[in-house]
Amino acid sequence: MSLTIFVPRDSTALALGADDVAAAIALEAARRQFDVTIVRNGTRGMLWLEPLVEVARPAGRIGFGQVDALDVAGLFDAGFDRSHPLALGLVEEIPYLARQDRLTFARAGITDPLSLADYEAHDGYRGLRRALAMTPADIVATVTASGLRGRGGAAFPTGIKWNTVLRAPGVQKYIVCNADEGDSGTFADRIVMEADPFMLIEGMTIAGLAVNATRGYIYVRSEYPHAIAILNAAIAQAEANGFLGANVLGSGRAFHLEVRKGAGAYICGEETALLESLEGKRGIVRAKPPLPALSGLFGQPTVINNVLSLAAVPLILDKGAAFYQDFGMGRSRGTLAVQLAGNIKQGGLIELAFGVTLRDILYGFGGGSASGRPIKAVQVGGPLGAYLPASEWDTPLDYEAFAALWAVLGHGGIVVHDDTADMAKLARYAMEFCAIESCGKCTPCRIGSTRGVEVIDKIIGNPGAGEGAQQVILLRDLCDTMLLGSLCAMGGMTPYPVLSALNHFPQDFGVAPAQRAA
Amino acid sequence: MTASSPAAQAGAILASRIDGPDQLLPTLHAIQDAAGFIPPEAVPAIALAFNLSRAEVHGVLTFYHHFRSTPPARHVVQVCRAEACQSMGADALLGHAERVLGCSLHGHSADGSFALEPVYCLGQCATAPAMMVDDAVHARVSTARFDRIIARLEEHV
Repeated sequence: MSLTIFVPRDSTALALGADDVAAAIALEAARRQFDVTIVRNGTRGMLWLEPLVEVARPAGRIGFGQVDALDVAGLFDAGFDRSHPLALGLVEEIPYLARQDRLTFARAGITDPLSLADYEAHDGYRGLRRALAMTPADIVATVTASGLRGRGGAAFPTGIKWNTVLRAPGVQKYIVCNADEGDSGTFADRIVMEADPFMLIEGMTIAGLAVNATRGYIYVRSEYPHAIAILNAAIAQAEANGFLGANVLGSGRAFHLEVRKGAGAYICGEETALLESLEGKRGIVRAKPPLPALSGLFGQPTVINNVLSLAAVPLILDKGAAFYQDFGMGRSRGTLAVQLAGNIKQGGLIELAFGVTLRDILYGFGGGSASGRPIKAVQVGGPLGAYLPASEWDTPLDYEAFAALWAVLGHGGIVVHDDTADMAKLARYAMEFCAIESCGKCTPCRIGSTRGVEVIDKIIGNPGAGEGAQQVILLRDLCDTMLLGSLCAMGGMTPYPVLSALNHFPQDFGVAPAQRAA
Repeated sequence: MTASSPAAQAGAILASRIDGPDQLLPTLHAIQDAAGFIPPEAVPAIALAFNLSRAEVHGVLTFYHHFRSTPPARHVVQVCRAEACQSMGADALLGHAERVLGCSLHGHSADGSFALEPVYCLGQCATAPAMMVDDAVHARVSTARFDRIIARLEEHV
C-alpha cells in the first residue's frame, strides 16, 4: 500500500497535537511496512477540524477531522476509507470551503508551505515575472486599478500609498510588512505566513519593484514562533533560488528581505510605532504628518502594508486588475479574509467577496455558538471594534456599511460571545487593555484608559439612576475626549467597544435603556 | 549556571553582533534566548556597543513585555487573556491555573519551577482558550488538558 498523507504544520494544528499525529502515522506505517509519504501542508482554514489529516485519492483528497494520535491505528485498520467515523469526504466539497472565494488563500492547505516547486506549480511567481517586464508606474497603476485597500484595518487604497512612495525622493526606500497581528480574533496573517510564505515574499518583492525599494522587513510578533521559523526558511530558499537578493531572477534589480521579531508590545501593530521598533527604539507612536510614505523607516520613503494587502498583490499582477475588481461590492473590492473566532461551533478562515451578511457568517458558516447557547454579541474588527447585537447582523461585510453603523469592519476578525457574556465586564476589559498597552505618548490614551476602568467600576458598583447615571455621563465624555484627542487608533478607537456595549446592552451596566440618549 | 555566566553570554553576543542601530532588538532577543533574560549588569556594555545611554537601553528593555531582567522560572505558562479566549472560558482556565500552580498571575509556583504570565492573543482564536508553555502553543485547553500538560512537564523536571 502506498499513500500520501497530509498533516498540517499550521500552529493551530500543532497546538492540537498534529506533531504527535504525524509521528504516530510514521510509526504505524513502519510497523505495517506501508509506503507512506507524509506532507506537512498548511491549514485549509477550517480550524475547528484541526488536526485535519488528508489522504490523496484519485478523486481528490479525503479528510479526517480532529484526529488524535490515538486514532491513527484505527485509520490504518480502516485503510483511510470514507467509512471511518472521522471521515469528512472530499475536503474540497465540504460546504464551508466550497462556498468560499479563495484568491489569497487559494494554495493554503493544498501545498507544502516550504516547497518552492509546489508554489511555482500552483501559479506562484507568475505575478513577479510579469512585474519584472513592467515599469514601476505601470505596476502601481495596476494595483490602484484593482481597488485593493489596506487589509490591516484602515482600508486605505494600497495603490495610492505606493504612488506616494514611488514619487517621493529618497536614497534608500523600504517595504515594511506589518505582521504584528495582535488583535484577538485574527489569524489570517498567521495563516498566510505559515501556509503560503512565498506569496508574501513575492508580494513584497513586487512592491519593491513598484516603488524602487531594495530592502524589506517583515515585522512579526514574538507570539508567533512558528510563523517566524517558516518565513525564515522560505526567505533562505528564495535567496538560494534567485527570487531574492542582489539580482532578482537575473533582472539586475535587487531586493533583500529579512524577518524582525517583535517583543510583545501590542502598540507596535500601529504603523509608526512599528517603524520606531524596527529602528531599535521603544514602540512609541509618531505624530503624522509626515506620512511614512514620505518619511518612514530611518526617515526614508516607506511602504508599510499589512500581510494580506501585500499577499493580494501577486494575484493582481498575474490575473490583472479587472479580475480582482470583479469581486466585492461598492468601494470594497476583492475578497475579505473573514476570521470567525471565539464562542462559535465552526471557527476558522472564510475568504469571501465583500457583501455577505454577518448573520450568514455566524450561522451559515459558523453553525451558531460553540456552547449551544444563543449568541449575544459579536465584536468585529478586533479589540478596538464595536460590539454588534442581533439587530445589526444583517449588515453586509463592506467597509462603508459598517462605518454607517458606527462600527468598523477592519481586518474582518469576528469574535462571538454567547448570552453568558457580561458586556460591562468586556467594556471594562477594553479600557484595561488600553491602559496596559498604551505607548504613553498622548494623554487621552495613557490617562483616559485608566480613568475609564475606574468610571466603569463605579457604574457597575452603583446600578440605578443615582451615582451610576452620573458616571455614565462622565464615561461618554471621557470616550469623546479619547476619540477626538488621541494620537492613534489605540486610544482613539477604544471607545468603540466601550460605547457600543453601553448603547446596545445597558442592562449589563445596571443602566436603564432610556439613558441611551444621555 | 552552566559553562558561562549570563553576563558573559551577553558579552559574547555583543562581540559578534552586526553594526547598526536597528540591531538593538535582535541583539536583545539573542541575549535573552541564550541567557534566559537580559542581565542588568550587561546593560552598560549594551549601551556602549550601540552608542546609547544606559537610560535609553533601560527604556527599551522595560517597554517591551517580552524582555525580562531576572532569570525565568524553569517553565513559563502564558494564559491568553484576550476576548476570543474569554468567550470560551479563559477566566475559568486562569483560575484553575492559579490553583494548580499555587500562585497568581505574574507570580511563581512555590518551588519556583513555574511562572504564570498573561499573554494577549496567540492567534488561536478559533480554537480557544489557548495558552503557551515555553515555546509550545496549546489550543482548546480544558482544565483536564491543562493538568495533563503540566503533569507531563513535571515528569521531566
